[in-house]
Amino acid sequence: MTGVALLDHHLLSVLIALPMIGAALLLFFPREGGSAIRNFTLLVTIAEFLLSLAVVARFDVAIAGMQLVERAPWIPQYGISYIVGVDGISLWILMLTTFIMPITILSTWSAVSRNVKEFMVFMLVLETAMVGVFLATDLFLFYIFWELVLIPMYFLIGVWGGERRIYAAIKFFLYTFAGSVLMLVAIIALYFHHHAVTGVYTMDLMKLYELTIPVNLQLWLFAAFFLAFAFKVPMFPFHTWLPDAHVEAPTAGSVILAAVLLKMGTYGFLRFAMALFPVAAADWTPLIAVLAVVGILYGALVAMVQKDVKKLVAYSSVSHLGFVMLGLFAFNLQGIEGAILQMVNHGVSTGALFLIVGIIYERRHTRLISEFGGLSKVMPLFSLCFMVVTLSSIGVPGTNGFVGEFLILLGAFKVQKWYAVVAATGVIFAAVYMLWMFQRVMLGKVTNDENLHLSDMNGREVAYMLPLLLFILWIGVYPQPFLRRMDASVNAFVTRFEAKKQASLAGSPAGETMLVRYFGGKK
Amino acid sequence: MTPIPFDQAALVQGLCSILPELVVIATAIAVLLADLVLPERGKKSLCHLGIAGTAVAILAVLWLGPGRIDGFSGMIVHDGMGLFITLTILATALLTLLMGTGYSEWEGTQKGEFYALLLFSTAGMLFMAKGTDLMTVFLGLETMSIPIYCLVGFHRNRITSLEGALKYFLLGAFASGFLLYGIALMYSVTGTTKIPAIAGMIGDLRLYGNPVFMVGVGLLLVGFAFKVSLVPFHMWTPDAYQGAPTVVTAFMAAGVKAAAFAALLRVTLLTFPALGPVMTNILWVLAFLTMTVGNLSALLQDNVKRMLAYSSIAHAGYILVGLVSGDVAGAQAALFYLLVYAFMNLGAFGVIMLLAHREDDGYDIGNFTGIGFRYPVLGGLLTLFLVSLAGIPPTAGFIGKFYLFSAAVKNGYVGLAVLGVLNSAVSIYYYLRPVVYMYMLPAPAEVPVPRPPRTAFSLALCVSAAAVLVLGIAPRSVLAFAERSILSLLM
Repeated sequence: MTGVALLDHHLLSVLIALPMIGAALLLFFPREGGSAIRNFTLLVTIAEFLLSLAVVARFDVAIAGMQLVERAPWIPQYGISYIVGVDGISLWILMLTTFIMPITILSTWSAVSRNVKEFMVFMLVLETAMVGVFLATDLFLFYIFWELVLIPMYFLIGVWGGERRIYAAIKFFLYTFAGSVLMLVAIIALYFHHHAVTGVYTMDLMKLYELTIPVNLQLWLFAAFFLAFAFKVPMFPFHTWLPDAHVEAPTAGSVILAAVLLKMGTYGFLRFAMALFPVAAADWTPLIAVLAVVGILYGALVAMVQKDVKKLVAYSSVSHLGFVMLGLFAFNLQGIEGAILQMVNHGVSTGALFLIVGIIYERRHTRLISEFGGLSKVMPLFSLCFMVVTLSSIGVPGTNGFVGEFLILLGAFKVQKWYAVVAATGVIFAAVYMLWMFQRVMLGKVTNDENLHLSDMNGREVAYMLPLLLFILWIGVYPQPFLRRMDASVNAFVTRFEAKKQASLAGSPAGETMLVRYFGGKK
Repeated sequence: MTPIPFDQAALVQGLCSILPELVVIATAIAVLLADLVLPERGKKSLCHLGIAGTAVAILAVLWLGPGRIDGFSGMIVHDGMGLFITLTILATALLTLLMGTGYSEWEGTQKGEFYALLLFSTAGMLFMAKGTDLMTVFLGLETMSIPIYCLVGFHRNRITSLEGALKYFLLGAFASGFLLYGIALMYSVTGTTKIPAIAGMIGDLRLYGNPVFMVGVGLLLVGFAFKVSLVPFHMWTPDAYQGAPTVVTAFMAAGVKAAAFAALLRVTLLTFPALGPVMTNILWVLAFLTMTVGNLSALLQDNVKRMLAYSSIAHAGYILVGLVSGDVAGAQAALFYLLVYAFMNLGAFGVIMLLAHREDDGYDIGNFTGIGFRYPVLGGLLTLFLVSLAGIPPTAGFIGKFYLFSAAVKNGYVGLAVLGVLNSAVSIYYYLRPVVYMYMLPAPAEVPVPRPPRTAFSLALCVSAAAVLVLGIAPRSVLAFAERSILSLLM
């Protein structure tokens, strides 16, 4: 098969394999060849991004289902296959992943100086795993990639992290792993249920979507999936690993963690937990929405009192992800599209924030807010970037954050206006903690003499900040190209969700309480 | 009394059914004889002789193929399951011997009897795994165990080695007693020791309510439980595993488990369905206890060898989950897991043998500090094997656990599956600890130099690593092989 034909028929597989092949080739580089290793990795990630642009180019806006699907039998006697595809739900998260990778690699030039080779190998393996998570539509394949993400991230935090890196790395691994093993049991149970009903063994998500699952089974399966994803998002009160992981991880690790890994949780809710178990998802919405709103407020309030900039950004993530969850569980077009857009926005903005923290950390080796002040006079270019990213994180109109949060609040308001009202105060809190932090770090007089001679951003740093700023403004001013590609898939999701919910509830009396529905004896 | 007519065809068929055992025993005797004539510096070739013999035995098994050959009027059988488990055991023996070349040189076990005992024990394992008569199983078990008692105490100048051997021997002798007593009780009720015949009688004679028979089955179970170290019959395991020469520990953990579980599978698959829920419930409890106690105890260990010993207990618990499931899916998952466990376990022990520069305290986890980046290949290999033991994709350990737990879910033991996966979550902590020491703690000024691996040793590690990856990524054909093996047993 020629190269062109390979790309033509197996574009998504190439996307999954390319970073892994790059990682394998890296093993042959000499350990000392730092700059060659860096350049090669950058090249691979840029090539990956360019290839992923082909996915956008070939994406058909009108199709709601999976596109560019590839399938191959894997363990056929158990109905396990290699199936990958992309739709309007995964497209932009995939793009976010391939987009943020070269930026992250470029940011490590001076930050990572020891064991560069291993660092880059883990980054590339991580990229394969992340791309795989968003493209896999076979549950078994998805689970493999889902777990594969843990190992490179564990090493990135544990080897290249800060003072308490080992504690943070193990905590990250144990929390997310413990959450996801129960999902494995649920996957297995679902698989056998499908066999019991249809007589066919399959892990194909599209086939499993067609299944109408009894409500009491839905409850348990949803609970297991919920745990896995809630740990990953992380939702309040499953978030305690996140501040540790973020603070201890190297800048590149934090960026990837915030931009992509957390999205795996919200994406998982949308693609699996909500789509497969609609009745359970709908019934537990009050609880989840309340947790989301609590997360929004709690994250914001805790962010406000942080002394460490990085920790502040980490808690702001808890708050932002609360918005995403709220949007998802509105179960309408605005809420879900807003949530997907906000996943991308959070990736861009919070990724940028971590990079900014990384830039001042590299210069001063501290992240304490009290150490800074008046930096805008010393570093004007940096100050401009920081300002734009801060505004985007707050969600000021004209930036990407506004569009996402607005759509989410719109969607939530349609369902239950009190959620939207309370969540909206989270936006105000965000303005408080972000602007207050910005003011203490950047404005006023230079109080600390050490800050007097800090150098402004260099060409490399501008080079990786610029694309992020571009997207912050692009999505903020003209989000239509992004939303348009989601429409068909999200519409289909909402329709199918309602239809499946009705089908599952067929025969249940109106006004049945949840207690009766799930535990009320045999039907 | 009329003389029994000599039936040549039956004899040939019988010898055929035990061809691999014959090859292994012949090799063992050849090793002993060669030991007498070889000069001291030529002892290395004894190991090579053993390797060659084991390789020939593997070829012999492959030549026999999956067809069923009954031997010695139903005392032993070569069938699909015999084929699978024989290959597992012989692979274990081969890898052990390959590692034995280097190990013997460092630790002075370059002796004829060391290899001969290993081979005799291997032959015992094969007999045990293929026995269709409880007497064959018992004889196999003894043939397997007695050499291993000696091997555990092979370092006779080391107090830990002797302590381990004595504990293992005393408790092992009790276990044999239990097993034999169980067989006797079962015989007293049924008048036979043939497993299929006993299984056939359970329904006819209504044996599930017969206290003598049930006690017999219970005692049999206790005997097996000692050998595969199920909690609460596991007390000997940590000490024996820690005291034994490391290469023997690796051999025991994988080989004894494979043989004993194979024999147990033959008994449980045929008899337990007819015995009703009591026996399955007992297995359920044993599986839960074994996984949990094994994993929780492993959390506290600072000696990597001892930690792997507790981990081996936990893995016996996982495999037992397959037996609790009690159907083809569970049994085939158990078989597959035994094979996978052989590779990842031998691989892990192999790497730590190289990293520890001496026995006993050489395995303290602190000695592994900073190894990872200094010796990337060894560090990477150990990480791979530990990740597989922990059951994280894309390794064979994950596929193995996936099938064990999915068999449990399929048969309605969702609770046990949940306990199993939670146990694997707990186990992550101790499997990752050596990784923390190797990669994450600041390296000391002088990292201890690992032993230089010999070609044979490197080969063993490469084969194990390749198997762990291949069975993790493309397990399709081996899974199908395991399924055919179990189906042949039930026919």
